[in-house]
Order: sequence, then C-alpha cells, then structure tokens
Amino acid sequence: MQDDSATRGAGAGEQAVRQPRPAAPSATLRAMEPAEATGRGRVSVELRHIDKSFGGVQVLRDVNFTLRAGEVLGLLGDNGAGKSTLIKIVTGVHQPDSGQILFNGEEVRGLTVDRARALGVETVYQERALAEQLSLWRNIFMGRPRTRWLGFLDVRAMRKVTADLMGESMGFTSAVLTPDTHVTGLSGGERQGLAIVRALHFEADIIILDEPTMGLSLKESDKLLGFVEGIKAAGKSAIFIDHNIFHVYSVADRIVVLDRGRIAADFPTSRYTLEEVTGIMREVAASGRVSSSPSAVAPRMP
Amino acid sequence: MTEAVKNAESSTAFGRRWTARTFGARWASQIGITFAFVLMWVAFISLAPTTFLHSPIYVSFAQTTPYFALPALLLTMVIVSGDIDLSFVSIYGLAMVGFVAVEKTNGNVGLAVLAAVLIGALAGLVNGVIVTGLGIPALVVTIGTQYLYRGLTLALVSGKSYALVEAQDSATYRLLDGRFLGIPMQFVWLVLVAVGTWLLLYRHRLGHNGHVIGDNRPAAELMGIPISRTRIWLFVFVGMVSALAGVMQSLQVSNFYPQIGNAYLLPALAAVFVGGTSVFGGRGTVWGTFIGAFMIGGIQAAIVAMGIEAYWIQVIYGGIILLAVSIHAVLLSRFER
Repeated sequence: MQDDSATRGAGAGEQAVRQPRPAAPSATLRAMEPAEATGRGRVSVELRHIDKSFGGVQVLRDVNFTLRAGEVLGLLGDNGAGKSTLIKIVTGVHQPDSGQILFNGEEVRGLTVDRARALGVETVYQERALAEQLSLWRNIFMGRPRTRWLGFLDVRAMRKVTADLMGESMGFTSAVLTPDTHVTGLSGGERQGLAIVRALHFEADIIILDEPTMGLSLKESDKLLGFVEGIKAAGKSAIFIDHNIFHVYSVADRIVVLDRGRIAADFPTSRYTLEEVTGIMREVAASGRVSSSPSAVAPRMP
Repeated sequence: MTEAVKNAESSTAFGRRWTARTFGARWASQIGITFAFVLMWVAFISLAPTTFLHSPIYVSFAQTTPYFALPALLLTMVIVSGDIDLSFVSIYGLAMVGFVAVEKTNGNVGLAVLAAVLIGALAGLVNGVIVTGLGIPALVVTIGTQYLYRGLTLALVSGKSYALVEAQDSATYRLLDGRFLGIPMQFVWLVLVAVGTWLLLYRHRLGHNGHVIGDNRPAAELMGIPISRTRIWLFVFVGMVSALAGVMQSLQVSNFYPQIGNAYLLPALAAVFVGGTSVFGGRGTVWGTFIGAFMIGGIQAAIVAMGIEAYWIQVIYGGIILLAVSIHAVLLSRFER
C-alpha cells in the first residue's frame, strides 16, 4: 500500500518546508507546454470553461484547469475565491452550470461522487467528513459498504480490513482501539490518519487534499507534507488546497491561484522563489485583475 | 483494493479485544436501560403482587404495547438518520380507510390489509418526498401531514366509525391478532419487526448510510451517500408499520374509528428516547426502544394496580422518562470520551 511509504517520507517533507527547493527538474517545465500524451505528463483531469453559481452569486467564472499524472498541484486563493467549489466539481459533489469535465481526455457528463470515485478520484476531507458517533469500520466504509446480498453488510470483512489498516497504515497500536471504537475516542492526529487511510484504501489515481493542514500541529503538518511527497513518488497526482503558501510551495509542482472565481495565475513552482510567489499572491489579493492571466505572471520570471 | 484484501487475509494481528472501557462504550446504553427496566418491574411486583405475578396483565401488555411499539421501532431509524415523523399517528386512520373500503366491497380481509399497508407506504412517501425534495425540516412537514392525514381520514368517512365484526372469522385476523402457543400475535409481530429493524439499522446498507446522515449530513454528502433516497425509504417504512398497527388494533376491537392512533404520539416518542436514542441523530438502539416501549406501557397499568390516584399518572410518567434520559446522558459522558 502506498500510504506506508507516504508516512515514512515524513523526513523529506520536513526539509522541504524549511528551505525552498532549488529550481531545476524538467518535469515541472513540462507542465507549461501543451498537452503531450506521454507517460507522466498525460493530462488526467481537465476542466474547460466551467461556470458555477449558487443562488445568483457566481462562484466560478470560465475556469480552465488541467491536472497531469504524477503532478502535485497547489490550489491557492482567499476565502470565497472558489477553491472548495472547484474541488467539489472535480469530485462530483456539485455539477457545473456550463463547461466540460474531461477525465483522461474523455468528457464525462453528469459527474457524481460515485462516478468520480470510479474514475479514481479520492478526497481527504479531514475530520469534517468523519462521523464521530460511529465506529472506525463504519467510517472507513462510509458511503461504500461491502455488501453480500440485497444490500446486507459484510461486517466481518469490513472489521477485518479496518483492523489491518489500523495496524499497518495508521499505526494504531493501543489495545483500547478496535475497529468498533467510536471516532469520539480518537485524538486529532488519529482522526487525521483515519481520514487519509480511508482515501488511500480505495486505489486512487487523483488524491484531493482539502485544507489538510488546518488545525494541525507543526509536527503533524510535516508528516502530512511527507505523505503528499509519497503520492507523487507513487506516480499519482494530487490537488493540494491550503491557505498556507509555505506548505503549498514546499510540495506543489505547479500553483494555481484562484481569485473571485477566476484563475488569476497558473505557474510552475520551480521557476519562482518563495518570495516571488508571496509577491504574486499579494498582487492578486490587492488587485485581482492585474494578474488575471498566466501570461501576466510570466514576465516576472527571473 | 485487492491488495488490501490480501493484506487483510494474511494478517491476524488485530482481533476484537474487550476491555471494560470498550465494552462499556459499546453496551452501556443498552445495559443501562435493561437494568432500569428490571428495577422498575421488581418495584411493580413488590408493590402490586396480585397483578404482576399473574398472566392476564402480561397478555394485555403483549396485545396493546405493540400498537405504539411497532411505529416506535421504525421511528428509531428515522431519528437515528436525523429526521422525525410526527404524522405516523394519523396514518393509522388513513390506512384503515383503505382497509374498510376494500373489506366492505369485496370482503377479502387479506386484500384489505394490503391496501392499508400500501396507503401507509404512500403516506410515508409523501412525507419523505416533501422533506427531501423541498428541504423542509421533517418536524415541520410531519406536523402538517399529521393534520392532513387525520383530516383526510375524517372527511373520507364523514367522521363515522365502522364495525368490523365480520373480519373476526378470517385467517388474517388470526394471523394478526390471534395466539401462537398462547402468545398474542401482536407480540410475535413486534418481535419480528424488531429483528427486521435491527437488521436494517445495523446490518444493511440503509442503516449504515442512515447513521452517517444523522451523525454528519455534510460528510454524507461529500462521501456520495444517497441521502434523499435513504431518508425517503425510512419514512415509507414508518408509514407501513403504522398502517399495520392500525389494522391490528382495529381488528382487535372489531371497530374502526377515525381518531385511532391519536393517543400514541407521546408514548411512541417516549419509548424511543427512554431507550437511549439521541435526539440529534447518529445513535440509537432497537433494543432500547423495545424495552422503552414496555416501560411506558407498564407504567399506567402499574399505577392503577398499585392503587395510586390516577391524577398522579402523568407525574410518574414524566419522572420516569426524565430519569431514564438522565441515566443515558451520564453513561454517555462516562464512556464515550
């Protein structure tokens, strides 16, 4: 299981937070070039001209967005910029008002959560997608229980899988914790582990992390960033949404900045120093429109 | 996934280990309510031995408690899923209108029961569709449909009662209200429905999803749980058992009167909450509701048998309900965190 290697990679993530990575690998440069269907550079998800509004308020305007295989994409933006809505469109929770969603080059209409999962999209929503009063195994199998016939549950198999995941992937060794323990009995870090393992247990190609470091201690954040490095190493792609530029900069190959529902900037991380990225963010926050296209950002390249 | 399954098979490390704490967390509520029930019954027996040491009172409990315990069982599932249904008490009557219409025209009692259950299911469907489709809280919708269904019942039969003496000879009567090895069939049905509800709540996809919906609705949405479909099914089930209870009671007394079921709203809800089901959803037990129903059913008989003035009945009801709910709260804070 890939999550094992992820947690072991914690050290690498820790380093990455402390010092900006040196600009180099060509893998990130490729992200700027037009889609070439070769290996890791293959486009796995593409959104075209997505519009979405809720009750008359336009949340996303003409959003174009691509995610390539083996890429970690950092999604930045202020509160209300439309990050969560964009993610919920990729995961099938919301349907766009207009525009196209393509998975591996093929348009998918009427995307639902089930369909997105079948296409390999898994989301780590952290604690807020755990049911506190329910047991660990019911949380692991939330929304997709294993059944035998007529919808009756295969409880024994689900308990077993949960017990094994607890031992191997979550590192729960306390004898007090069993698959039947309720989530109320877990610490913050343990809940985090449960949410991540749940996403990873079901073979995902695209892993979405929604505000994963929110409310985490420094040590827990480092562990999480190491886990994101592990996703990349496993050749899968990830979308990493966060307020914290430092976290995003340290793991993302490419950064997309959303501002008031538009893509304000889209650039490979390796070409910029952390200071420059902070500057771009400040500019977007201040004026929004100035950097409203990636090309506007390009002249800032060293 | 397949890899994970292989891992699961190869590892035997994690059995279910019971400690006092895990055991308490899992069973505290059900042990608590059972203990309270036994205590209460011991008190009844010692205060009114002539009544509580002889079988007639138990036959009476077994016949009358299911009339409100049946919907209470399914109501437990609805409440676990974060909804409520106050309209079930009117479904007794509305369903019986269908029963009477079929029974009086072609005389087939079995077919009449089917008609009643179908109307119950439809009434539940209407509740579920309004609640999920328009996003109105179930409390508000079912207050409305409680009046609507009761009003329809009264209007359709012009407020009249119907004698059902002829149905007493039917096989359906014996199946619903007869005896099986001396046990009233109402009780047998209650046990069957309780087992069925337990399976649905704990061992079926419907209950698995319902628990999540009641515990954390946004999470259920994010994880792709079919929220509306699940909630609608549960309303339909409440409608169906309410209809069944209405038929059972009407056949038992050989009479259908349009106000049937009216008195059961608070006893059924009390049974659910005395049984330890959370008002906020996400947690509840079928066993608790089952025991809770007999606690509620027993109190009135006991008070009369003990010779306490009837004015005190409601005071004692209130006291026992508050006591049971407090015990659950204390047990929960002790074992859950």
